[in-house]
Amino acid sequence: MKRWLQLLAAVLALGTLTLWLATGAHRGWTRTSVAVEKTDEITGLTYREYESRFVPGVDVLGAGLLGALVLATAGALVRGRSRPPARTPA
Amino acid sequence: MTMHLSRRAGLFSASLALALTAAAAPQTFDFKDPKGVNNAVFELDAPLESINGTANGVSGEIRFDPANPVALQGRIVVESASLHVPNPMMKDHLHGKDWLDVAKHPTITFEAGKLTNVRTQGDETTAEVTGKFTLKGVTRELTVPVRFTYLKDKLGARSNGRMQGDLLVVRSKFTLKRSDFGLNPGAPTDKVANEIALTLSLAGAAPRS
Repeated sequence: MKRWLQLLAAVLALGTLTLWLATGAHRGWTRTSVAVEKTDEITGLTYREYESRFVPGVDVLGAGLLGALVLATAGALVRGRSRPPARTPA
Repeated sequence: MTMHLSRRAGLFSASLALALTAAAAPQTFDFKDPKGVNNAVFELDAPLESINGTANGVSGEIRFDPANPVALQGRIVVESASLHVPNPMMKDHLHGKDWLDVAKHPTITFEAGKLTNVRTQGDETTAEVTGKFTLKGVTRELTVPVRFTYLKDKLGARSNGRMQGDLLVVRSKFTLKRSDFGLNPGAPTDKVANEIALTLSLAGAAPRS
């Protein structure tokens, strides 16, 4: 149990960090859409179109790392498999 | 022969007068935009990152005479619910009761009153437009700098030849205070700035029938 919790904590921390870095290490809030700037050829006006895309922000990173910390702490508090008492030679 | 010539001259002068009247007459430009280009960008400072989004539910009409821009009249309407920010929780807050209360106040409007400091150079006119700005049920008089660009006969190019007519491009940048319009008055200004920077980029069409 202890080993499983520690492993889960490591996977969660590493997974969250990898996802955050791979999607551009966005240091703002999480976004579910991304603006694409465009220009209207006739009027010269610039406008935005939004594309649906999940960009995790520091809130997702923080939640993932906090979850990992909770799992690691739980793992540290759980007792490992107790060893059978050593037999003393008669 | 003389009678024939005078009739021709009469016809010519009548058509010239008609053309001049048509050219000098104010045109009504409709700002409902099926292409989704018309937009208002808003930005206000906040911790971590600024709140930055767009509203594109624009409609309204402006009566504009390129020969006499001072006589401009009109109204621009923005649907409150069209305000979009990329974070869904932030968007819910913006649409909610503390901020815009879109259910109760579905539109944001600006009604032009008078123009001052009007300068025209070619197709471009710059002016200070004073009008009534209504946001979240609060109406205040505002004076904003506006740049108008009159694009004669450009509607055909924009509508792939389906309509003929002129375009009027309107650009403006100005700042509002959220405290003036009761936008989340409980939020301290060190957390969310009091100033909201607005950038309007609009194009209206005046089709010829």
